[in-house]
Amino acid sequence: MEKTVNIIGAGISGLSAAITLAQKNIHVNLISSMPSERAQSVLAEGGINAALDTMGEHDTVLEHFQDTVKGGVFIENEEAVMGLVKTAPSIVRELQALGVPFQHENGKFIQRNFGGQKKKRTAYAKSSTGKMIMAALTDRVRMVEAAGLVKRYTHHVLSSFVIRDSELKAVRVTDTHLLKTLEFTGPCILCTGGLNGFFEGYTTGTIQNSGTAAALAFSEGVEFANLEFIQYHPTTVKICDKVMLISEAARGEGARLMVMRDSKPWYFMEEKYELGNLSPRDVISREIALLEKTEGLKDFYLDATGIDENVWKTRLSDLRAELISYTGLDPAEKVIPIRPGIHYFMGGIRVDNGHRTNIKHLFAAGEAACKYHGANRLGGNSMLGAFYGGRVAAESAASSACLVSVSEVSYEETENEKQKDELCQVLLEGLGIIRDEKEIDGALNRTWDMASDFYSTDAKRALLGCAMLECAKERKESRGAHYRSDYPKTLDSYRKQTCVVFRGGKIMVRFEELSKAGSL
Amino acid sequence: MKYTLRILRKSPAEEKQYWQEFEYESVSESDTVASALRKIGEVKWECSCLQKKCGACAMVIDNVPRLACDAKLSECRSETVTVQPLRKFPVVCDLVVDRSILYRNLETMKTWLSQDADFGETNPDKYRELAYEGSECIQCGCCLEVCPNFYPGGSFFGMASVPLTMRLLSETDRKQYMENAKLYRKHVYSGCGKSLACKDICPRHIDTEKLLVNLNALAVWKRKKK
Repeated sequence: MEKTVNIIGAGISGLSAAITLAQKNIHVNLISSMPSERAQSVLAEGGINAALDTMGEHDTVLEHFQDTVKGGVFIENEEAVMGLVKTAPSIVRELQALGVPFQHENGKFIQRNFGGQKKKRTAYAKSSTGKMIMAALTDRVRMVEAAGLVKRYTHHVLSSFVIRDSELKAVRVTDTHLLKTLEFTGPCILCTGGLNGFFEGYTTGTIQNSGTAAALAFSEGVEFANLEFIQYHPTTVKICDKVMLISEAARGEGARLMVMRDSKPWYFMEEKYELGNLSPRDVISREIALLEKTEGLKDFYLDATGIDENVWKTRLSDLRAELISYTGLDPAEKVIPIRPGIHYFMGGIRVDNGHRTNIKHLFAAGEAACKYHGANRLGGNSMLGAFYGGRVAAESAASSACLVSVSEVSYEETENEKQKDELCQVLLEGLGIIRDEKEIDGALNRTWDMASDFYSTDAKRALLGCAMLECAKERKESRGAHYRSDYPKTLDSYRKQTCVVFRGGKIMVRFEELSKAGSL
Repeated sequence: MKYTLRILRKSPAEEKQYWQEFEYESVSESDTVASALRKIGEVKWECSCLQKKCGACAMVIDNVPRLACDAKLSECRSETVTVQPLRKFPVVCDLVVDRSILYRNLETMKTWLSQDADFGETNPDKYRELAYEGSECIQCGCCLEVCPNFYPGGSFFGMASVPLTMRLLSETDRKQYMENAKLYRKHVYSGCGKSLACKDICPRHIDTEKLLVNLNALAVWKRKKK
């Protein structure tokens, strides 16, 4: 038997962690509900940020740092963000070496504008950057699989943790094809994605990304952070069964936000905000919600008709085809009706700068973890954070690697959620773009009721729902994606990380100094 | 509008498949087979992105392999829609099939770069574009369903192994190239009957003919990259 680490989740962060461990000759059990082709990472569109400075704008790592921290409204651990942005250029070059066909011109990366950034910093492959990165990483993992370093357990779903005295002893996963449960001892990196499944039908994410792994972790005493910060992406479009993202790349290439006021188009972001249509996502979504509330405006659009035909052809062809297919509207000719939709969870499992959780031998990375994005994530930073975080987590987990045993245990059923829709509706009421204490309290009461039986998966999911609401309730200020109409100001006293844990039958929220967010 | 979904089912413990009908009242013109399956609930199927980008929900709908999230009910040929699992893979239960053969074949084809990607000097843009197209494959298996030459376990791997091979040969022209070209000739070129049944079936609209033409040039006729 070899030294081994278990990884749950085979999107960008899971694959990045697996590749890093394999490089160290450490074996990996790569557990995922579906093959990597079905991971949510393949939906990532616009690109990946790195101060490569290829566009003659004198971009620097420091500016990437400043934009990220400012975009996140100053509640990140700065040391962690510095590590992220410093490594970004080498990550993008590495991905290129793995075969990602990033857009090039004269031998140099072309970089595009993205929200919250004044310089062109986003490297991309049309608007399917996530798919391209995943194809390259999946192939690389296939190479280490063939070398015997990675063993994949596809169609296996996390069913429980074995945690004793704040130490992870094992994870149990259920094979959904053969209907049997396996116990894997040893360390584990959770790369299970964000909490999309709590808002099924209302997010741009995948159905597979159920959030149940997070709910199981929370109920076992794993500490979470910043759960109140939910990113509503301003440009999503309702399609059958879900909301679909219109990549920020469209705005990066010149698309404008517009609303009909007095039967006339009004480009509402262009007068009030310095960055205009390229403002961060939280700013635009809030502006839309406020205009709805105060002026009763409701017909919001993305006007991409001014984008040059050549840009559509070379850089946005896939986005255009997708919009035509799902909305019947050609964005080069018609404005597209948009609504803010849930897109990303800045909060997640609380990890130190080495991606360790409060439970020994348990690590987390990617959207499952809370690390780099503060109160609002900038477009182009998610794949970067996932890849970098997966690598850092793997480096930490390497020292926990040990002989792992895999054995069959009694069957644990995994698909038994019955209250998904009900919980979703309640959480939407309490965690809208604009919130107040009354709404949050109303949602909390109902969510607590759903959490009461405690042992079912439904109850554990409701419990994590309560934690999201409790975080939103306790942060009595407005910051980034968390806007409280009863506390509209941003307060220095809340320049802290919200920490939440379930202990002794209670949800406990506290605010931690940012300097301490680097080490738990 | 009311639809009847006639679904070929199978319980996990039994071998025998059976047909069962379900009624579905559509709520909008854009409702798909995926919308109906989500509402029906009890039929097992695989589903992830719901926007044609992940390949999870590939199945045979009115005898055509396609993604359930892309199959609008209003565009089906009648109010009774037949739905069955892909037929070239072992059925796990209901509409869930075991597609692991796809990944075993890719491993045999060694679809990984063992050196840094290099698009070549003469026409990097062309090969970057081909690598892009090759990377688009979602491993849904629709192309194999219609292929008259593919059967699981055979030495012909079918179109599903072609896009990533295209990616690979676009990105390398060194020693690795010879080995991958040989694998392509063995597992694709020699078994492909050129029926091109896979053309126009790909949910990602990958131009299979174009990939075959380019790969044949590189791997069979040994034309230099240009």
